[in-house]
Amino acid sequence: MITPTDFRVPPVDAIALETRVAELATRSIKKDAKKKGLEMVVAMTDLTTLEGMDTPGKVKALCRKAWRPLAGHPELPSCAAVCVYPDLVGTAVESLRGSTVAVASVATAFPSGRAALDEKLADTRRAVAAGAGEIDMVIDRGAFLAGRYGQVFDEICRVKDACGEAHLKVILETGELRTYDNVRRACRIALLAGGDFLKTSTGKVTPASTMPVVMLMLEAVRDHYLETGRLVGVKAAGGIRAAKDALRYLVMVNETCGDHWLDARYFRFGASSLLNDVLMQWVRLRTGVYQRPEDFSKD
Amino acid sequence: MNGAGMNDATPPRPDVRKTYKLYVGGKFPRTESGRSYEPAGCAGVQVCRGSRKDLRDAVVAARKGLEDWSGRTGYNRGQILYRLAEMLETRKDALAAEIVAASRIGDEAAVREVEASVDLCCWWAGVPDKLNALLGSQNDVNGPFFVFSTVEPTGVIGVIAPESPSLLGLLALVLPLLAGGNAVVALVSEGRPLAGLAFGEVCASSDVPAGAVNLLSGLRSELSPQFASHRDVDGLLIAGAPDAAIGQAAADSVKRVRFAPLSQADWSDGARVRRLDWVEPFVECKTLWHPVAW
Repeated sequence: MITPTDFRVPPVDAIALETRVAELATRSIKKDAKKKGLEMVVAMTDLTTLEGMDTPGKVKALCRKAWRPLAGHPELPSCAAVCVYPDLVGTAVESLRGSTVAVASVATAFPSGRAALDEKLADTRRAVAAGAGEIDMVIDRGAFLAGRYGQVFDEICRVKDACGEAHLKVILETGELRTYDNVRRACRIALLAGGDFLKTSTGKVTPASTMPVVMLMLEAVRDHYLETGRLVGVKAAGGIRAAKDALRYLVMVNETCGDHWLDARYFRFGASSLLNDVLMQWVRLRTGVYQRPEDFSKD
Repeated sequence: MNGAGMNDATPPRPDVRKTYKLYVGGKFPRTESGRSYEPAGCAGVQVCRGSRKDLRDAVVAARKGLEDWSGRTGYNRGQILYRLAEMLETRKDALAAEIVAASRIGDEAAVREVEASVDLCCWWAGVPDKLNALLGSQNDVNGPFFVFSTVEPTGVIGVIAPESPSLLGLLALVLPLLAGGNAVVALVSEGRPLAGLAFGEVCASSDVPAGAVNLLSGLRSELSPQFASHRDVDGLLIAGAPDAAIGQAAADSVKRVRFAPLSQADWSDGARVRRLDWVEPFVECKTLWHPVAW
């Protein structure tokens, strides 16, 4: 039985958090470790397109890229998933048949989350029925900021039910939660409600994913594991465009949760342009020559 | 301190010395490598010893700057180049002093070099809006078409400036590229970098968009192979005799490479530097076929 007292969290020491993050960001990763790290980033990427102007053709191209990120280099792993709007799930499933790439769909009135609960549930069921193996839901920030934590919790539980076998990622949209304490509380609610992943952002709000916020999430899933034995993942989404930043996130994951979380099952990047920068750095490591962005396919 | 005469003595002013930094993306960063060197021409002065990563950052900045600079009309580019001339003129004494400090040439020669630089800048300011008329054409063809050839910038061009004259030589290479609408990443004179780096301050106060001009200081031997191999550099304009190793390294990305083997005196020879030959290799010709409508 969950009661409102379960949503209480200790306050965040913002200065300690930011100092710790800044310290971890100074680690230098070179040569072989960098190459392995870049390959890990590719394998952890949810290649994403969430635009009003998305077309089946764009999604197909994105799926090919997620399956085989760089033509002529089969030694590079495939991405973890492709993330699209519900109406394009069918196209993605069709394009990825036979691959290891999962299809993730946003749902529950993404990105605002402002719709009636039954519409959110129907949205989720349709995406699952179309073949989505992962559902990225948004929490109701209006309810959360108004202090109606129970409502947020109930919604996540209902969506989790509607997902069935599909993995549920809970988008907290930390850019709208204003304070670190709120982020920690939202993590707690999503974990208690049974989310399989905590995700930072929709990518539609600035700031999107920041390192301190992801650090808070990592601490939350670590503590949740120590408390319950259940492993929950974290997805950093939005605003991560440089390979260097992605490697810093990996350092933070390892230092906070341990290397068990350095796995696409437990840590993901939600990104679109990040992949090309990672590929560019990867080729640069192999050839010693700085690369040209135009030489890498855009979609 | 003794009390005598304390009140009427003017306190000594602090010694405000300039730190010569790189000019990348409209900002003045230090080299990411934290290294510095004492240029051969200027004893006691330390300047940034730029690294390949500084070059990488400069190319990224130039790619951004190119979008803005090449998208402007030739007329506007001409106005901005003229503004550069104005700013050079305003800073004439400082630039001359920087040349003297670096080169140990006489004051008069330094002033002449700055004046030649200003004049050259005025000359190139007149070029951009005439470039299509001069290098483009209207072509007669056998069919009901108007056919035009127009010129467009090649893109991001790497420049390696001559050792001397440090300012005039740099400008003789950079100005034609800017007139053609290219963005530039230039390595200034290795032994006499001060006036070249000060040119960044001139650009920063002249409406030249951030990233259109980027200036690095450092060792030519260290950076020129990086200029040559970087795949996102579209062309190279290098002061000095042709160097097969650079050509070879640039071949992989099919870069256009031009060497400018001018002597010290050649750079101030108007007949040598005021020529469209300097811009012609760094523009691309686009031909349009337009149906004749009656």
